[in-house]
Amino acid sequence: MATYLEFIQQNEERDGVRFSWNVWPSSRLEATRMVVPLACLLTPLKERPDLPPVQYEPVLCSRPTCKAVLNPLCQVDYRAKLWACNFCFQRNQFPPAYTGISEVNQPAELMPQFSTIEYVVQRGPQTPLIFLYVVDTCLEEDDLQALKESLQMSLSLLPPDALVGLITFGRMVQVHELSCEGISKSYVFRGTKDLTAKQIQDMLGLTKSAMPMQQPRPAQAQEHSFISSRFLQPIHKIDMTLTDLLGELQRDPWPVTQGKRPLRSTGVALSIAVGLLEGTFPNTGARIMLFTGGPPTQGPGMVVGDELKVPIRSWHDIEKDNARFMKKATKHYEILANRTAANGHCIDIYACALDQTGLLEMKCCTNLTGGHMVMGDSFNTSLFKQTFQRIFSKDFNGDFRMAFGATLEVKTSRELKIAGVIGPCVSLNVKGPCVSENELGVAGTSQWKICGLDPTTTLGIYFEVVNQHNAPIPQGGRGAIQFVTQYQHSSTQRRIRVTTIARNWADAQSQLRHIEAAFDQEAAAVLMARLGVFRAESEEGPDVLRWLDRQLIRLCQKFGQYNKEDPSSFRLSDSFSLYPQFMFHLRRSPFLQVFNNSPDESSYYRHHFARQDLTQSLIMIQPILYSYSFQGPPEPVLLDSSSILADRILLMDTFFQIVIYLGETIAQWRKAGYQDMPEYENFKHLLQAPLDDAQEILQARFPMPRYINTEHGGSQARFLLSKVNPSQTHNNLFAWGQVMK
Amino acid sequence: MNVNQSAPPVPPFGQPQPVYPGYHQSSYGGQPGPTAPHIPYGAYNGPVPGYQQTPPQGVSRAPPSSGPPPASTAQAACGQAAYAQLGQGDVQNGPSSTVQMQRLPGSQPFGSPLAPVVSQPAVLQPYGPPPTSAQVTAQLAGMQISGAAAPAPPPSGLGYGPPTSLASASGSFPNSGLYGSYPQGQAPPLSQTQGHPGVQPPQRSALPLASSFTPPSSGGPRMPSMTGPLLPGQGFGGPPVSQPNHVSSPPPQALPPGTQMTGAPGPPPPMHSPQQPGYQLQQNGSFGPARGPQPNYGSPYPGAPAFGSQPGPPQPLPPKRLDPDAIPSPQLNELPPQQKTRHRIDPDAIPSPIQVIEDDRNNRGSEPFVTGVRGQVPPLVTTNFLVKDQGNASPRYIRCTSYNIPCTSDMAKQAQVPLAAVIKPLARLPPEEASPYVVDHGESGPLRCNRCKAYMCPFMQFVEGGRRFQCCFCSCVNDVPPQYFQHLDHTGKRVDAYDRPELSLGSYEFLATVDYCKNNKFPSPPAFIFMIDVSYNAIRTGLVRLLCEELKSLLDFLPREGGAEESAVRVGFVTYNKVLHFYNVKSSLAQPQMMVVSDVADVFVPLLDGFLVNVNESRAVITSLLDQIPEMFADTRETETVFAPVIQAGMEALKAAECAGKLFLFHTSLPIAEAPGKLKNRDDRKLINTDKEKTLFQPQTGAYQTLAKECVAQGCCVDLFLFPNQYVDVATLSVVPQLTGGSVYKYACFQAENDQERFLSDLRRDVQKVVGFDAVMRVRTSTGIRAVDFFGAFYMSNTTDVELAGLDGDKTVTVEFKHDDRLNEESGALLQCALLYTSCAGQRRLRIHNLALNCCTQLADLYRNCETDTLINYMAKFAYRGVLNSPVKTVRDSLITQCAQILACYRKNCASPSSAGQLILPECMKLLPVYLNCVLKSDVLQPGAEVTTDDRAYVRQLVTSMDVAETNVFFYPRLLPLTKSPIESTTEPPAVRASEERLSSGDIYLLENGLNLFLWVGASVQQGVVQSLFSVASFSQITSGLSVLPVLDNPLSKKVRGLIDSLRAQRSRYMKLIVVKQEDKLEMLFKHFLVEDKSLSGGASYVDFLCHMHKEIRQLLS
Repeated sequence: MATYLEFIQQNEERDGVRFSWNVWPSSRLEATRMVVPLACLLTPLKERPDLPPVQYEPVLCSRPTCKAVLNPLCQVDYRAKLWACNFCFQRNQFPPAYTGISEVNQPAELMPQFSTIEYVVQRGPQTPLIFLYVVDTCLEEDDLQALKESLQMSLSLLPPDALVGLITFGRMVQVHELSCEGISKSYVFRGTKDLTAKQIQDMLGLTKSAMPMQQPRPAQAQEHSFISSRFLQPIHKIDMTLTDLLGELQRDPWPVTQGKRPLRSTGVALSIAVGLLEGTFPNTGARIMLFTGGPPTQGPGMVVGDELKVPIRSWHDIEKDNARFMKKATKHYEILANRTAANGHCIDIYACALDQTGLLEMKCCTNLTGGHMVMGDSFNTSLFKQTFQRIFSKDFNGDFRMAFGATLEVKTSRELKIAGVIGPCVSLNVKGPCVSENELGVAGTSQWKICGLDPTTTLGIYFEVVNQHNAPIPQGGRGAIQFVTQYQHSSTQRRIRVTTIARNWADAQSQLRHIEAAFDQEAAAVLMARLGVFRAESEEGPDVLRWLDRQLIRLCQKFGQYNKEDPSSFRLSDSFSLYPQFMFHLRRSPFLQVFNNSPDESSYYRHHFARQDLTQSLIMIQPILYSYSFQGPPEPVLLDSSSILADRILLMDTFFQIVIYLGETIAQWRKAGYQDMPEYENFKHLLQAPLDDAQEILQARFPMPRYINTEHGGSQARFLLSKVNPSQTHNNLFAWGQVMK
Repeated sequence: MNVNQSAPPVPPFGQPQPVYPGYHQSSYGGQPGPTAPHIPYGAYNGPVPGYQQTPPQGVSRAPPSSGPPPASTAQAACGQAAYAQLGQGDVQNGPSSTVQMQRLPGSQPFGSPLAPVVSQPAVLQPYGPPPTSAQVTAQLAGMQISGAAAPAPPPSGLGYGPPTSLASASGSFPNSGLYGSYPQGQAPPLSQTQGHPGVQPPQRSALPLASSFTPPSSGGPRMPSMTGPLLPGQGFGGPPVSQPNHVSSPPPQALPPGTQMTGAPGPPPPMHSPQQPGYQLQQNGSFGPARGPQPNYGSPYPGAPAFGSQPGPPQPLPPKRLDPDAIPSPQLNELPPQQKTRHRIDPDAIPSPIQVIEDDRNNRGSEPFVTGVRGQVPPLVTTNFLVKDQGNASPRYIRCTSYNIPCTSDMAKQAQVPLAAVIKPLARLPPEEASPYVVDHGESGPLRCNRCKAYMCPFMQFVEGGRRFQCCFCSCVNDVPPQYFQHLDHTGKRVDAYDRPELSLGSYEFLATVDYCKNNKFPSPPAFIFMIDVSYNAIRTGLVRLLCEELKSLLDFLPREGGAEESAVRVGFVTYNKVLHFYNVKSSLAQPQMMVVSDVADVFVPLLDGFLVNVNESRAVITSLLDQIPEMFADTRETETVFAPVIQAGMEALKAAECAGKLFLFHTSLPIAEAPGKLKNRDDRKLINTDKEKTLFQPQTGAYQTLAKECVAQGCCVDLFLFPNQYVDVATLSVVPQLTGGSVYKYACFQAENDQERFLSDLRRDVQKVVGFDAVMRVRTSTGIRAVDFFGAFYMSNTTDVELAGLDGDKTVTVEFKHDDRLNEESGALLQCALLYTSCAGQRRLRIHNLALNCCTQLADLYRNCETDTLINYMAKFAYRGVLNSPVKTVRDSLITQCAQILACYRKNCASPSSAGQLILPECMKLLPVYLNCVLKSDVLQPGAEVTTDDRAYVRQLVTSMDVAETNVFFYPRLLPLTKSPIESTTEPPAVRASEERLSSGDIYLLENGLNLFLWVGASVQQGVVQSLFSVASFSQITSGLSVLPVLDNPLSKKVRGLIDSLRAQRSRYMKLIVVKQEDKLEMLFKHFLVEDKSLSGGASYVDFLCHMHKEIRQLLS
C-alpha cells in the first residue's frame, strides 16, 4: 500500500496527475464494473520549480491523425535515428537537429524523469497581456472608494507593458479612451440595448477600414494600431492617467428612487468588453475583470427588475419556474462566454454585495473561460482586497501565476478513449479516433480550450476502456496517455507542456487485488464528485443524490467484503476505507444541497469545486476539523458533533470558510481573561495556536476564505454546526437529558 | 416696369396725346373743378383718418406735390422722373386737376394719374383726400393698356418729371395722393383702351372701346394673360398690347409706332425726349386716357380737393376717380407741353409705398397711439410711435388686417378681405414703454370665465353691484369670488379698475399656479444646449474655433429675468459628427469629460449630473472645454454628419433634466451618415414649375415631424444655424425648428474671416434674447367669429391650442378668423390671446393680450379700416404655406384672384360710380397691388435661376414667423439714397422707390430688406465721395462685393457707417453688407431687390401688375 501511496504522490508531484485507478482493468466490461470510471485529475500547469523549460519545439509523430509528442515511452532506434510513436506505432525520422543523439546523448524528452516537459516555442507575435477592467459604479460610496483603491493598487502589480482598459457601467456603459490628454473621453452605450460585436466595433470606431481605403497600406496599419490602442494602453504610458481616471470615477449619477434598485447594465457592459477585445486582440491572452456590486437590473442579461419589492430569484422560485429573467439572462451570458472562449479571453467576476448578484446566470462566463469568480459582502473587506491582490501573485520565477489561451489535447493509446472533461474549459470539437461516444462532462472532442488557468487549475478527465474482453492485453502491457497543453505564459511566451504517463493493464478477474490496491480513493471521490456536480447543474438534486448513492452501493458491493444479512460484517480494504465517508459529506455539501444556499452561492461553490486541485477539493467535500487542547498537540478529529467539546478549540476549514470555535469552557476562560495572566500563558498559547494555523491557510488560499472566529453559543457557530455530522442531535441530546434526570 | 409700361404706353399715348392735350385740358379744366373728384377724395380721406388730415397734410404735402406740379416743368425733365412725379403728380393732380383730366377715357387713366399730378400741388392734399379716391381708382385701365397706362404715367411723369424732384416729395405724398391718383393713373390705362380708342374725344366714347381694346391689345399681345394689363406689362408687351389697344385707336394717332415702341420699352427717359411731344400728347393721351378718365378723375379728384374735407364722400368719389383719366387731362393740360412726350403709365402716378410710409410717419409719428378706443387703426409699422395702453393691446403685440370687421359672414365672403390678426405675444417694446405688469392672484390663480375660460380683462362687465361679472366673450354670468369683490362706481366700473392691470390694460401677465404646470409641478429653469458640428467642413471653415471662442464670453449674457443678477439658465455642450460627444462639465471636475455616444440609431443621454450646469459655477471647466474642442477635432477627417439624433439627444437631455430649454445647433452638411433622419440629395431644379415643385418644400421624411412633436411635448425649442457649402435640404432640416418655435439661420459658404461678424451678431442676439418656453397660446374671440387657422413656427395637436416649445420676441403667429355667427355692431368683436409660458427664470406665467375691434354692416367701413401691411403678412404666409400642397402657379393665381376680388368688391360696393376703365383702389389698400406683386415675385413663388432650392425653403420658413414690419420691408425693400441729402442731416434719408429708374449714377444708395444690405455705387459718383467712403481714388478701384466699409474719419463715412449700424440694429438678423457697383456683375443680385421693376425671373413690374390687376378687376365686375 505504502508503495502505491508513494507512487501516487510521486506521480502527482511530477506530472500533476491523479488517476482514480492506477492499474487499469484491461477490458471494457471489467472497467464498467469497477463503478468508479477510469479518470484522472490533471493539473496542467502544476508548478514545477525543478522543471526548466526547454527552448525548442517538440518533435511530433508524423502521422497526421496522431501527432503525438516524442516522449520517454517511445521506442528509439539510435542508429537509424528513428523513433516509434507509442500511440500509433508510426515510425518517425528524427529531425535534422537530432542527428547527434545516442544512448548517452539523449534529448531531455527521452529521459524518464521528463515524463512532463515544457517547451518554449517562438510562434506568432508576442502581444502583451491585456487586462480590461469592467467596473460597476452603482455602489455605495465607501464600497466604490475601496474598489477604486484596489484597482489603483492593482495597476502597480501589473507588468509594465501590459495593456489595460477600463469600462465602467451603471445605467449606461462607458468605454474609456485612455490615450487622450486633457479631456478624458469615453464612449457611452445605453445599458438596455444588446449590440452585436460588429455594431460595438463600429460604434467604437474600430472598423475604420472603409474610409482610408485609398490610403497607402502603412497608413492604414498605423491607423489600426492607433485605434485599437485608444482603449487599451500599456500601463507604463497611462499609469497616471488611469490612476486619475479611477480617482475621479463618480458613482452612477442617475437618480435611484426609493424602493428601486439602481439600474445596472452588467449584461451590456460585458458584451461590450467582449466585443472590444474580440475586435482588437482576438486570440491573445486577455482578462476581462468584472467588478459588480449587485445584480444586473436592465437590458440583456438582467436578472431582476429594479423594483426592490420583487426579490431576486431563489431556488424556490427556480423550482417553481418562477424566475422570469433567468433563462434569458443565462442565454445571454452563455453566448458571451462562448464568444469570449472562442477568442481566447477569460472573464473574471468579482461580485461583492450582501444580496445575490446574478452569479447563477453569469457563472458560465467564468466557468467556460477559466476566469475567477469571487464572491464577497463588500469591496471594502479584506476578503475581496486580498483575494484580488492574490490574482497578481508571482511564482518563484517572478512570473504571474496565470496563463492564457491554453489548448489541452489528450492522446491515448488505442485501448482507451476519452469520454470527456469536467473543468473550466470549452470543447474545441476536434473529433478523432480516441474520442469516445460515451460522454462524460465536456465531451465529443480530444481538444479543449482553457482560456485562463493558473498553476492549481485542475481538470477532471474521464476515459473509457474500449479494449474488448476477448482481446486480452499481454502481461506487462501498459496503456499510455499524453496530455499536450499549449498556452501563453504570463511572460507572453508561447509554451507547450507535455505530460506522458503510462499505467499497467490488469485483468480484472484475475488481478482484482492489484487493481483494488491501486485505487486512489481521494482522486476517485473528487472525480465522482465532479461528475455529481456536473449532473447537478442540469438535473434535479434528488436524482443526483440517488445516482451517487447507487454508485456507492455498487462500489461497496463490488469491493466490500461482507456476509449477507450481517451489516456488522461489512469490511472495505484500506484503499477504499475513506471513500464512503467522502460520499457522505459530499451528499451534505453545498455542491449538491441547495437548501440554505442561494442560487448564487451554489454557483459560486460549484465554480470553485470544478477547478481546484485534489487537496482543496477534498477539503471542500469533507471539511477538516482540528482540535486544540491542553491534552496534546493539535489533532484532526472527526467532522462530527461529538468532536465539539467544552475544553477544546476547534479549527474548521471548509475551503470557503475558516472557523475557529472555542468550546464552552475555553470561552468562559477567555472571558475571564485568563489569557492575560502571566501564570496562564499556556492558555494564551492555546488560544493563539489555531489563529496562527488559520493565518497560514489564509495566506495560501485563493480565494480568501471567510474567516470566522466564534465560540460556543455564538451566532456564527452555525457555520460549524451545519457541517458536522449530527451524530448528536437535539433529539438524542434531549434524550440524554432525560436520562440524566 | 418702366420699360414695359413705357413701350406700350408710348404708342397709345402718343396717339392719344395729341388728342388728349385738348381733351385733357379741356376735360381738366372742366372736370377737375366740377367733378366729383372732390368727393371721391373726400370719401377716401374720410376712410382714412390720416387722409382726412390729408388736406392739411395734403397741404404740407402739397408743397412737395406742388413741387411736382412744377412737374409740368419737371415734365420736361425726364420721363422717369416724370413718372415718379407723375405718379405723385397724378395723385395730386388727381385731386385738383385730376378731376379735369379724368374724363378722357383713354387718356384718362393716365390722365388721371396725371391729373393727380397736376393737382399735386394742391394735390397732395387732394391726395390726401384722394385716399378716398385713392382707394382709388387708380385707373388701371389706363395702366393695363399698359401702353396706355404706361404712357399715362409718363405723361404725367413728364409733367411731373420736373416735379420729380418734387416727385420725391410729392411722391411721398403721392402715396396718399398717388394712390388715389394711381388708381386713376392706372385706371387710365384701363381706360386707356378707352382713352385710346377714344383717343381723346372719341376716347371717351371710345373708352369703352378702348377698354375693349385694351383687352384686345393686351389680348393681342397676350390675350390669355389679360391680365391684359399684365400682359402688356409683361409683354410690354406692353407695347404691342398697348399698342394694339391704343394703337388700334391711337396708333393712328399715336402714330409713330416707333415712338410708341420706343416709348414703351424705351427706357422712359429716352422715350421722353424723342417722344416728349408725342408723350405729352400721349401723356395727355395716356393721360388722355387718364385724362380722359381724368374727367372722371377729375370728378374724383375734384373730390380730392375735397379730400381734405371729403372724408365723408370719399367712397362715392373714388369711383369717380376712375376718371383719373380725366385727371390726367388736367395734367395734360399742364403737362402737355412737357409731359406729352410720355406714353407710359407714369410710375409716379401709381401709389407709392414710399409716399404712404412718409405720410404716415409725418402724420402719426409724433403723437402716442392711445389704445383706449375700439377699432382704431394703428400707425403703420414703418412709423415710429409710442403706444399708451389704455385697454387694448399695443399694435406691437397684435395687428389686424382690419379693425372693423363685417358683422356677417356673407359680407366677409363678399369682401374677401381675410380677417386675420398678426400676434407677437412676447414682442419687445421700446424702452419708453413699460412691459406688461405681472398680476399675482395667489393660490386661486387668475380669474376666468367659467364657461369659455376667458381671462379677466377690461371688457368684462361687472353687474349686480360687483358681485358678478358677465363674460365679454360668451356672455356667461359668473360669480366674483369674495376676495376679488369690489364695489362699482356710478358708471358701473369697478372702483379699483385702475389699480388692477387686468381691468384697465390691454396687455398684462398673470402668475400661473401649479395647475398650469406640466405634471402639476412648478417648472425648473430652462437650459440651453449648444450642439456643435465638428465634422471636417465645420473645422475647415473656422466655424468651430470661432464659435467656441465666442461662447466663452457669450455665456455671460444668457437671458435673465428682470433684475436677476445671474441667469437661471443652465448650459450644456454637445459636439457631433457621425457620433455625438457629450461633455461633463461639472464644477468639481478639473477637466471636462467627453462622452461619446455612437449609437445614433437609438440615441440617449449618457449623463445627467454635470451635463447641464450653471455657467458661473463651472466656468473654469467650460472655458477649458471650449479651449479644447477646436484642438481635439483639428485633425478630423470625418465628413459625414447626423442630424436627427442630435436633436433627439438634446431633447432627451432636457427630458432627463425635467426642464424646458433650447438647443442651439450649428450644422454644416446634409446628414448622410447612417442614422435616423438620414437624408439624400434630392435637389432637382427640373421640378420647378411642375406639379411636383411642391415636393421641394416638403420634408423628405416624416421622421422630423415625429421628432418635433416629441420636442414640443418636452418644451424643447431648436434654433438651427446652418453653414452649408451645398444643398443641405433646408426644407427638411428646418422642420423641427419650425415646429418648435425656433429660428433657422443660414450662412451659405461660410468662411470665418468673411462671415464671422454676421454669424456672431446673430448668435449673440439669439442667445441673449428673452424666450418663453413650453408655451401654449390660445386665442379666444367674441361669439360670432372664431380663430380657424394659424400660421407661424409652432405645433398644433388640436385645432385651438398653439403649442410652442419656445417663443421669443421675434416670433409671430398669424391667426385667421372666420365667422360662425353674426357679430353685433354695438359690442364689436373682442380678441383675447392668452399665452401660457415658462419664463427664462423658470416662472410659469400667463400673458394676456386683449383687443377690441369694431364691427360693421357697411363694407365701406371695412375697407376704411384695413391695414395693407398686415394683409400682406397674412397673404404671404398663406401663400407660402400653400406651396407645400399646390403648384406654385396655382398659389400665385389664387393670390391674384383674391386680391382682385377684394378690390373689385370695393369698386362695386364702395366706390363712387365711374367708368369701368378706371382703377379705383381703397385708400387703405392702395398699396395692395404693389406689395402683392412683390409677394408674387418673391423667390418662393417665382424663383430666379440663381435661387437655390435651399434658399427658397429658407425664405419660406423665415416668412412664416415674420411680423408685419419684417414682411413689409422684406417684400418691399428700403432703398435709401445716401448722397442726396446734406451730410449734416442726422435723420435717415427719405427712401426712394425700389426701381432702377430711381437710381442715379451719380449717387450711392443703400438697400435693405431685413436680410440683405447692399450699397450701390453709381458709376459717376464724385471721386471725392468715393474717396471719403472707400478710401480709394476712383470708382473703378472699389472692390466689388466688399462687405465692410473702411473706417474713415470723415463725415460721410461716419454717416454712412452710422446709418448701416442703425439699420442693422432695427432688424432681428444681422444684414451683411455687399457693395455693388453699377454695371458690375454683382448688380444682378442687387437688381433682384428692385421690386418695382420687372424681374429677371419673369416677375411683373409694378405698373404691369397694376394693369393686370385692373383687368382682373374689370373682368370680375363685368
